[in-house]
Amino acid sequence: MTTKENIYESESLIVSDGCCVQYGEALAIDDVTFSITKGKKIAVVGPNGGGKSTLFKALAGLIPLSSGSLKIDGLDPLKAKGMISYIPQKDSLNWNFQLSVKQVVEMGLTDKSTLLSFNQKKNAEMINESLDQVGILDKSEENINNLSGGQQQRVLLAKALIQDSTILLLDEAFSAIDVGAQEDIMKIINGSDLKEKTILVATHDINNLEDKFDEVLCLNRHCCAFGDPLEVLTEEVIEEMYGSHENMFLDHKPGSHGS
Amino acid sequence: MLSELLIDPFQYDFMIRALIAAVFCGVTLSTLGTFTINRNMGFMADAMAHATLPIIAVGVFFGFSISELGAPAAVVVAIFLGFIVKNTKIGEDTSIGIIFSTFFALGFILIKLLNVTINLEDLLFGQILAVNRSDIYIITALFLIVIGIIVIFFKQLLFYSFDPIGAEVKGLNTNFLNYLFLITLSLAVVSALQTVGIILVLSMLIIPAASAKLITNTFIDSIKVSIAFGIISSVAGLVISYHLDLPTGPSMSLVASTVFLLSYISSKSKIKNR
Repeated sequence: MTTKENIYESESLIVSDGCCVQYGEALAIDDVTFSITKGKKIAVVGPNGGGKSTLFKALAGLIPLSSGSLKIDGLDPLKAKGMISYIPQKDSLNWNFQLSVKQVVEMGLTDKSTLLSFNQKKNAEMINESLDQVGILDKSEENINNLSGGQQQRVLLAKALIQDSTILLLDEAFSAIDVGAQEDIMKIINGSDLKEKTILVATHDINNLEDKFDEVLCLNRHCCAFGDPLEVLTEEVIEEMYGSHENMFLDHKPGSHGS
Repeated sequence: MLSELLIDPFQYDFMIRALIAAVFCGVTLSTLGTFTINRNMGFMADAMAHATLPIIAVGVFFGFSISELGAPAAVVVAIFLGFIVKNTKIGEDTSIGIIFSTFFALGFILIKLLNVTINLEDLLFGQILAVNRSDIYIITALFLIVIGIIVIFFKQLLFYSFDPIGAEVKGLNTNFLNYLFLITLSLAVVSALQTVGIILVLSMLIIPAASAKLITNTFIDSIKVSIAFGIISSVAGLVISYHLDLPTGPSMSLVASTVFLLSYISSKSKIKNR
């Protein structure tokens, strides 16, 4: 298990040291400490409101820390933006837009210097390669709204992969998709193509995590546990994560996790 | 016979000016309309049109024309609306509604207090036949600015509109893109005040785009068809109003509504025939 003493010892890609985020008076995550080495596949589990999305947003440099430190390859998240691809929860996307699969994937190549048009031929090759990696090259011309939930998630994964980032953050990638589609996405994540990528997946499914992930980060506003799923997912940790919120957070203040 | 009906009205200079204004406004509004309907910003656009009234009242009092006031009023209203919506916790529609009604009421009060000579009917429903040469220059400039911004920033605006969080993570300046779109939308809305007026500008903004969405499968196709519908509605409305001696803004609006009805029937019959 990662402790405050050893987080900087290993060759860590992501180091969170007492990371704390507040929205106004409300404490979203408190004193979260862990470190992740390159190439690991991490499940981030915890209840709704437990801070999974907040942690991802902090890693992506979208929200500031109120205390503690968060480093990505030694850099602050704001300076490490190019290293991260973020797949947000599906309901934060605007599905009113009738976009083709390849248009969505192409967004992964769009940055602030993208003005007018750019190298269409090179883009087309990269888009096809990325769609091939997630196994839906044959759907490139289809309207994304007409695909199944699992296929839409694969398109979003392709959009993240085309950015060639070191770290992928998948926020609730398995919500509203069936077990078969979840398995398909896990096969891609654990496939040889993505061996070098460090991937964090926020999920509500805590079954058989040891088969799918190297490590699990258990969050309920504070870090309940972090490490090998077989070792850390004890009854106590599960109770701490999913036990009664009312009792757990009666006196929840920074640095104190309540009774 | 048909060609005579179409060409006849344009032997007059004022009709040619009206045609230019109609086409340019038709293109700008229907282009931005595609983003507007997909981002559910119709109410925001309506508020932009109404919120310009006090600025127009004060401007006319100081001797400016409505066209001259358009661009600065659009920028002020867009920034103000964007700021209030972002920084209040009462909900987007509610804050827009408060600004919309407050500014519109303030506009009427100022017109009365300052004793400004504004033909309210023209302002509310447009008076395209009164467009003069300097109005045409301003409408043309606004057309070029709005279309230029959309063409240059198209991919960034599309990314931001579809996936705002992903766009921010990717390093796009989402705050800039938000205000850029609001200002562009406001410029398009205000540039059409003389053509279709404060009340009917919304119809030319959202109806061609909504009609196009019904009969197309991709966003890009919907933009092309929306522009075609925007031009058809503007020009046909102008020609019909000339021959039947009807008010032009409402005629354009009703042609757009007819196009929507036909698109709706067409989309339904397509589904039925599958």
